[in-house]
Amino acid sequence: MADASTTLSASRKNTWFQRNRMTVTPWIFLAPAILFFVVYVIAPIFQSIWISFFEWDGLGEAEWVGLGNYVELLDDDRFYTSLINNVWWLVLFMLAVPAGLAVALFLNQTVTGMRIYKSMFFFPFVISQVVVGLIFTWFYNPNFGVVGIIWEFFGAAPPAILADEDLVTFGIIFAGLWPQIAYCMILYLTGLNNVSADQIEAGRLDGAKGWKMLWYVVIPQLKPATFIAVVVTVIGALRSFDMIAIMTQGGPYGSSNVLAYYMYETALSEYGFRMGYGSAIATVLFLIMLIYISYFLYRMYQDEKGGR
Amino acid sequence: MFHKTKVAVAAFAASTILASAALSADLVINFDDPNPGPKKGFEDAVAKFSAENPDINVIVNINDREAHKTAIRNFLSADAPDVTSWYPGNRMGPFVDAGLFEDVSDLWEEQGFGETLSAIKPTMTRDGKQWGVPYTYYQWGIYYRKDIFDNLGIEEPTTWDELLAASAKLKENGVTPFTIGTKFLWTAAGVFDYLNLRTNGYDVHNALTAGEIKYTDPRIKATFEKWQELVEPGYFIENHATMSWQDAVAPFANGEAAMYVMGNFSVDAYKNAGLTYDQIDYFQFPEITPGLPRAEEAPADAFFIPSGAKNKEDARKFLAFVARPDVQTEWNATIGQLPINSEATAGDDKFIQEGFATVSTAAGLAQFYDRDAPAEMAKAGMEGFQEFMIKPDRLDKILERLDKIQARVYK
Repeated sequence: MADASTTLSASRKNTWFQRNRMTVTPWIFLAPAILFFVVYVIAPIFQSIWISFFEWDGLGEAEWVGLGNYVELLDDDRFYTSLINNVWWLVLFMLAVPAGLAVALFLNQTVTGMRIYKSMFFFPFVISQVVVGLIFTWFYNPNFGVVGIIWEFFGAAPPAILADEDLVTFGIIFAGLWPQIAYCMILYLTGLNNVSADQIEAGRLDGAKGWKMLWYVVIPQLKPATFIAVVVTVIGALRSFDMIAIMTQGGPYGSSNVLAYYMYETALSEYGFRMGYGSAIATVLFLIMLIYISYFLYRMYQDEKGGR
Repeated sequence: MFHKTKVAVAAFAASTILASAALSADLVINFDDPNPGPKKGFEDAVAKFSAENPDINVIVNINDREAHKTAIRNFLSADAPDVTSWYPGNRMGPFVDAGLFEDVSDLWEEQGFGETLSAIKPTMTRDGKQWGVPYTYYQWGIYYRKDIFDNLGIEEPTTWDELLAASAKLKENGVTPFTIGTKFLWTAAGVFDYLNLRTNGYDVHNALTAGEIKYTDPRIKATFEKWQELVEPGYFIENHATMSWQDAVAPFANGEAAMYVMGNFSVDAYKNAGLTYDQIDYFQFPEITPGLPRAEEAPADAFFIPSGAKNKEDARKFLAFVARPDVQTEWNATIGQLPINSEATAGDDKFIQEGFATVSTAAGLAQFYDRDAPAEMAKAGMEGFQEFMIKPDRLDKILERLDKIQARVYK
C-alpha cells in the first residue's frame, strides 16, 4: 500500500504538466472562454477605436482623419444632447435600486401563494424590452393611452410625452425602470434569503426595529446584492438602446437620443453609415463605462482581498 | 430570414426544360417588398420572364424593405445576386462610387431607353453613366376627404390662398386641415419639398439638395415662411411626432383631418382604414409662386446589377425585360403605380389616371428630399423640418445648424 502510493507520487512528479497541474488546469478550463472573450470583446474594442480615426462609409476606401471625428464631436449639438440624456439615465435609473429593495422587502414574507406574487413582480424583467417599449408607447399615446385617460379624468389636456422634447427622455426612463426594478428586486430577494436570522434575533434583543433594524442590520448584510444591483443598473443605463429604438428612434428631432443609440444611428441606420464617427461615439461611451467598471472592479478586488 | 420562392414554370416547363436542363443558368434576383400587391406584381413579371426564357432558372429572394436596406450592403460585397432592386438618385451613390453596381449604359444605348425612360434618366445617371433600369414610380400630392370638402362646400384649391382659405374653413368646422405622422421624419420632407418646389421651383430644389445653396438662403427662408402659414394656425394635427405615416391615416379616416400630403402608395391604407373611393380624392399641390413651371415629386424604384453578379448576361436580359412597355403596363396595373416607359399605358384607377396626368405634364421630376440629398444631410434636414413643425420659433437656429452640416457633408 505504502509502496504503491510512493510510486504514484513519484510518477506524478515526472512530467512538467503533472508537476504544475494546480497552476495549469484552471488556465485550460479558462482557455475557451478567454479565446472567445478576446476575439469577440477585446479585439473589437481596439478595432472600433482604430476605426474612429477614419472617415469610412463601410464600403469604399477608409480615409485617415486622425482626431477629426473627435473634433467634430466637440461641435455636435446632437452629441451633447445624447450625453446629457445619458447622465439623466444614469441618475434616474439608480432609483431602481432602492425601489427594488422596497419591493423585495415587501415580498419577503411567508404568505400562501407568495411565489406567484413574486413571479408576477418579476414578470416585466422576463418580457422583452421591445414589448415593454411598445406597451409604454401606447400608455403614453394622448389619444387612446392610459395617460390620456387619466389626464382627461382631471379635465386637463393630455401631454404628448413622446413628442415633447422636455418630457420624452423621462418618459422612456420611466418605462425602462419598470423591468429594471424587477431585476433589482430579484437580486435583493436572493440576498434576503442569506440574511442571518441570528443577527436579526440579536438585533431584536438589543431593541432594534423598523428603520434601525433595516439600516444597521439588514442592509449591511445585503452589501453583495447592492453591489451587483448598482453595477447592472449603471451598465443598463449606459446601454439603454432598445427602449429608445422602439419608442422614439431618438426623436423628436434627436432630443431623446443617448450615446448608444446615437452611435447606432450614425454608423448603422438608414441615413448613417459613417463608421468612423459612430466608432468615435462608441469610444467615448466606452471610456465613460470604463470609469465605472474599473471603479467597481477595484472595489470588488479590495473586498475579495479583505475577505480572505 | 429570406423568403425563398423558386419560380418554376411547372406545367409548361416539364417537357421543355428536361431537355435543356444542362444549358439552364441560374438568375438570382433580390427584391425588397413582401407586401401582397408589390409581391404579386413582381412574381407575375418573373413568371412571364421565365416563360419567355425557359433556359433561365430564376431564383427569387424577397426581403422586407427595411431589412433589405441593411442587407444590401452585405450581399453586394459578399454574395452578390445577379439583380437587385434599389433606388436611384443619391441612394445609389455610395454603391456606384464603391464600384458595387454594374454600368449598364450599354443597355440604355442598345434598347433606346434614353427615349422611352427619359423621365427618370437624370436620376439614374451618375458620372455620366446609367447604373440601373427603373420599372415604376408614383406621384405625390394632396389626398383629401371629398365627402368633408363637399359637406363644407370647399372646392379643390389650386392656389396657395385657396388652400389657406380651405384650411381656415375646415379648422372653423372642427376639422384639422392636415394629418401627418413625422415619427420617421420623411413625411415632413414631402411637405417641405412641395412647398419648396412651388415657392422656388425645380432648380432651387436641385441646387439645395446638391449643396449649392445654403439653408439660410432667402429663397429657402421664403419656403419656411409659407410653411409657417400652415404651422402657426395649427393646420397640422397635434402629436404628429409620435405617429408613423400609417398611424396618421387614422385621423384622416375618422374625419378629424381632411388632407394628407402623401405618395400614391397610401391609397391602399385609406381603403384598408374603411374609406371608399367616393370619400377620397386627389389634387395637385397648389401653386404658390404664380407662373412657376410645375415640378412634382415622383420617386422611382429600379433594378440594378451588382458588379459581383455571376450571370450578368441574363441579368441584362431581365433589366431589358422590366423596361418593356407591356411588362411595365401589367406590373404597374397590379401594384397601382405609374409605368415609366412612355409607351406603356397607365392603369384605369382614378388615382393612377390623375397621377399620370400630373406627372406626365410636369416640368421636372424630383425624387424626394432623402433621395436627392446625401443620406447624412437628409437625416439632419428632416430632423430640422420636424423640429420646425413643433417649435417654429427656432427656425433661425435650425437653419444655421443645417448650414453647418451642409458645409461638412459636401466638402
